[in-house]
Amino acid sequence: MTDVTTTSDAAGDGTFDVAKVRADFPILERESHGRPIVFLDSAASSQKPRAVIEAMDRYYETINANVHRGVYEIAEAATNAMEAARVRVGRFIGAPKPATEVIFTKNATESLNLVARSWGAANLGPGDAVVLTQLEHHANIVPWFQLQAEKGFEIRWIPLTPDARLDLTDIDRLLDGAKLLALTAMSNVTGTLTPVRELTERAHAAGALVSLDACQYVPHLATDVAALGVDFASFSAHKMLGPTGLGVLWGREELLDAMPPFLGGGGMILNVTLDGFTPADLPAKFEAGTPPIAETIGLHAAIDYLDALGMAAVREHEVSVTAYAMRTLTERFGEQLTIHGPSEPAARGGVLSMALEGVHPHDLSQVLDQHAVCVRPGHHCAKPLMAVLGVGATARASFYVYNDTDDVDALADALGEAASFFTF
Amino acid sequence: MPGLEDLYREIILDHYRNPRNRGELETPPAVRTEGFNPLCGDEIVVYLDVDDDGTVRDIRIGGTGCSISQSSASMMSAAVKGKTIDEVRALTRSFKSMMSVHESTLDAEGEGSESDGADAEPAADVPLGDLEALRGVVKFPVRIKCATLAWNTLLQAADEATAD
Ligand SMILES: Cc1ncc(COP(=O)(O)O)c(C=O)c1O
Repeated sequence: MTDVTTTSDAAGDGTFDVAKVRADFPILERESHGRPIVFLDSAASSQKPRAVIEAMDRYYETINANVHRGVYEIAEAATNAMEAARVRVGRFIGAPKPATEVIFTKNATESLNLVARSWGAANLGPGDAVVLTQLEHHANIVPWFQLQAEKGFEIRWIPLTPDARLDLTDIDRLLDGAKLLALTAMSNVTGTLTPVRELTERAHAAGALVSLDACQYVPHLATDVAALGVDFASFSAHKMLGPTGLGVLWGREELLDAMPPFLGGGGMILNVTLDGFTPADLPAKFEAGTPPIAETIGLHAAIDYLDALGMAAVREHEVSVTAYAMRTLTERFGEQLTIHGPSEPAARGGVLSMALEGVHPHDLSQVLDQHAVCVRPGHHCAKPLMAVLGVGATARASFYVYNDTDDVDALADALGEAASFFTF
Repeated sequence: MPGLEDLYREIILDHYRNPRNRGELETPPAVRTEGFNPLCGDEIVVYLDVDDDGTVRDIRIGGTGCSISQSSASMMSAAVKGKTIDEVRALTRSFKSMMSVHESTLDAEGEGSESDGADAEPAADVPLGDLEALRGVVKFPVRIKCATLAWNTLLQAADEATAD
């Protein structure tokens, strides 16, 4: 599959050269409102390096064809490319059986819905409980409410400490009798990293499975699902330098094997007669319809790119930018600026949800936009968490491989402009 | 490129910093309606007290939001006091037509959208006074929903107040 992937110039020599990384991202050359763009919204969706864009172009230009069942050369090449991407994804997250345990979906949201609709519908009923945390994204809340309306199980919530970490004081009681713990590995609002391994051990001891929302984790930290011990993990390609339109569900093979199909249609069957159907084996069983083929190839290239940088180096870089940002912003704005979540950069991801006194997040983001600083205002699809934090909205800046201290300085300057514009 | 001055006119910032008619009214006699801006989590509460002749006796605004939604609500509250419900509806039409609100582009307007049928009529030619200051919002399309949130919530309140 070397014909559809390339590695980055910036990577491979063991040092993290952010200037080289930036040169790999064509969009960072553009201007916004007449200034160089400062992109601080990777938690919503990351930018794509040239290697990813080119890998997808190359697929369309050289081997575009529907996968599976095709007997001609390029159909087989397309199938091979997609299956190679599957194995690449699986290896990247430490899946014991990458060829069968990695399911391609449309996004993390669909992966999380698949867990609820397939595993949940088959295993949950009155008297059962699902444990969630107050950090969750709506994508890991709403599917459980939807299923609860049909199946009548209980939903329990792990509460938070004042700095938005999980409060595990009552964890034994919460897990007692639960069938599933569904939690995020990293909050998209506060950047909180959760103790996945410890909680997984406790959940398993209590007889519960663990479904991990790894949407904000896989792009930023080396991930080993087997070492974490979880049973399912969901994430999206578009937050990890890959394309939109592709998500991943990883699950333990014996669980996926036992689960009923989610969506029905072509590609997911072994046989269909006038009387019914027999589902296909993994992973096809969960991939009804034509999959996002080019996108899997784009994700393959994205993973090659990240791997060449080295996930440990990526994490180290992000911690250092985050630490610089927290230090700079705190020195400059003091009490006037609140950054939600853990105060220790090593305990969090590169996500800063900010409240600037006297300036609503929507106004703040508007002023920042005039300075070409792209941040996101709003509830970030985590309204229960916002309620716990006691805010309606925040302005969120998030960092990734291509962000540097200049970006942080631009953010700080723009925040200063906003503060003087709105306060007298 | 439109600048921030087009959006944040002085009078807007004044209403944002010193909002008029903040608070609550007893229900009944007043009606209470809520509007949400799903984009940014903003929330507006309108308390509307309409007398037997269909005149707005009093109005109060609650909730939280950005400078555009809050100043729009504040100016709106000042503008509708003492007006008849018909006048309130005409003013709303005028305001929304200034905001270039057409159902096709903004039909996910939120809770007040039931009343948006009014937009289909030609815009009433009602002078907008201070509200003219919000005209610059049109150049920032994402913010139009902030400006119209209070008005949709008001229309809903007007409908409820005149329902029986
Ligand atoms: C923690 C978390 N979970 C789930 C999602 C949903 O991802 P997607 O919108 O790609 O399905 C997101 C992204 O917004 C997220 O940040």
